[in-house]
Amino acid sequence: MKHEAIEKNLGLMIPLIIVAISFGGLVEIVPLFFDKNLTEPVDGLEPLSAMELEGRDIYIREGCHVCHSQMIRPFRWETERYGHYSVSGEHVYEHPFLWGSKRTGPDLARVGERYSDAWHRAHLYNPRDVVPESNMPAFPWLFEDTIDGSITGTKMSALRTVGVPYTDEDIAGAEQAVDGKLEIDAMIAYLQQLGTLLKHKR
Amino acid sequence: MSSFWSGWIILLTVVTIIGTAWLLFANRSRPNDQETTGHVFDGIEEYDNPMPAWWFWMFVITIIFGIGYLVVYPGLGNYKGTLGWTEIGQYEAEVAKANSEYGPIYQKYAAMSLEDVAKDEKAMRMAGRLFSDNCAQCHGSDARGSRGYPNLADGDWIWGGGAGQIKTSINNGRQGTMPSWLPALKEQGVDEVSEYVLSLSGQPADSDMAAAGEKHFQTYCVACHGADGKGNPLMGAPNLTDDIWLYGGKRAQIRTSVNEGRNGVMPAQQESLYPEKIHLLAAYVYSLSN
Repeated sequence: MKHEAIEKNLGLMIPLIIVAISFGGLVEIVPLFFDKNLTEPVDGLEPLSAMELEGRDIYIREGCHVCHSQMIRPFRWETERYGHYSVSGEHVYEHPFLWGSKRTGPDLARVGERYSDAWHRAHLYNPRDVVPESNMPAFPWLFEDTIDGSITGTKMSALRTVGVPYTDEDIAGAEQAVDGKLEIDAMIAYLQQLGTLLKHKR
Repeated sequence: MSSFWSGWIILLTVVTIIGTAWLLFANRSRPNDQETTGHVFDGIEEYDNPMPAWWFWMFVITIIFGIGYLVVYPGLGNYKGTLGWTEIGQYEAEVAKANSEYGPIYQKYAAMSLEDVAKDEKAMRMAGRLFSDNCAQCHGSDARGSRGYPNLADGDWIWGGGAGQIKTSINNGRQGTMPSWLPALKEQGVDEVSEYVLSLSGQPADSDMAAAGEKHFQTYCVACHGADGKGNPLMGAPNLTDDIWLYGGKRAQIRTSVNEGRNGVMPAQQESLYPEKIHLLAAYVYSLSN
């Protein structure tokens, strides 16, 4: 085929470019959609409760994932500090996942149950109250602002359409479960369940 | 991975490699011996030279490297590669190597008494690292704690400072629960008892209120804090007569403690840390004040 025939015909060039750049994705990404090791939830994985879900949205709103990863890589120096390496089955209900790529603060993939609720309160109110060396920002407004639960159910139905198994009762009870609750409580509910399914001694 | 997807990956990968190689070689020579591409832009013509040789051969090398990689490493579907390398295999080898290296050191200290480990300088250097990773978040990197998180270096203990008691605290965690006394004492009673607690530690207090507070204290608080207010390590009830305070010793802070209660939680570590590490940590904490 002559260069000219392609270069002067966008209708042909665009599909050919798409074909040319698709091979990587077709080989590296598409087969993963069908790999059971990657798409099946780990034992005991439940969709986040309404409070945890709102907590997760606050986590995203405040940009926690910008400085904290949620991905323990299979290296000894990571598992010694954080616990069992992350597996994809733990994240199948996450849309979007919050693996992150930068650790200004420590990884949080298994922070659940590691500290008391009171510690999280003190720490989020002012990190330096408990960790004097910390450079994490304080989040005092979480202790005043309350959650508007009017769209929590809608969020859950949206997640259900992409495969998170929320039941009708979950969705119906969502608003009541979170409405008017303090944001800090949702945040702590979210943090305290992170990575608690895989037990592993460090 | 199913054999369909394995075949899919292998087919597309091989076709892509062959295709790029073909593209590379097909463009090596100048077509029809023409010097230019034939494009003319305002009289400017474009040469149609083949790629420089060094560049061409670099492409060839990357193709050869790619083929070699796919032979020795897993890349083609379910084919495992001649090296049999896996990510988890590498991780487990790393862990096994570290265990064989550090295991005997941990074992040596695990066999020693906590008091002896606490005197071993090398063990304490290891334990200090473990403390930074696992304990410093609450108790501070200098182990001096912060409000609500006990100072471990001052020789004052809520749950007991014996080496064994420290180890129990780390293993099983501790839950220091003081209920809210507002329902029982009402506002005034809370104020009175707070004055009494202030006086216990020798701080200036309203003597009338403190006297009234003492009665409440001897009814409600005595069970955990003791008749003399010196606390009880079995209940995790702090000594109220010294000037060491977990939640602050000012009037307002004491009042908040009485009014709202306190819940101190030290999480149990035995499910998350290996016993040899807990042994070292217990010895470390013990060494801080012994």
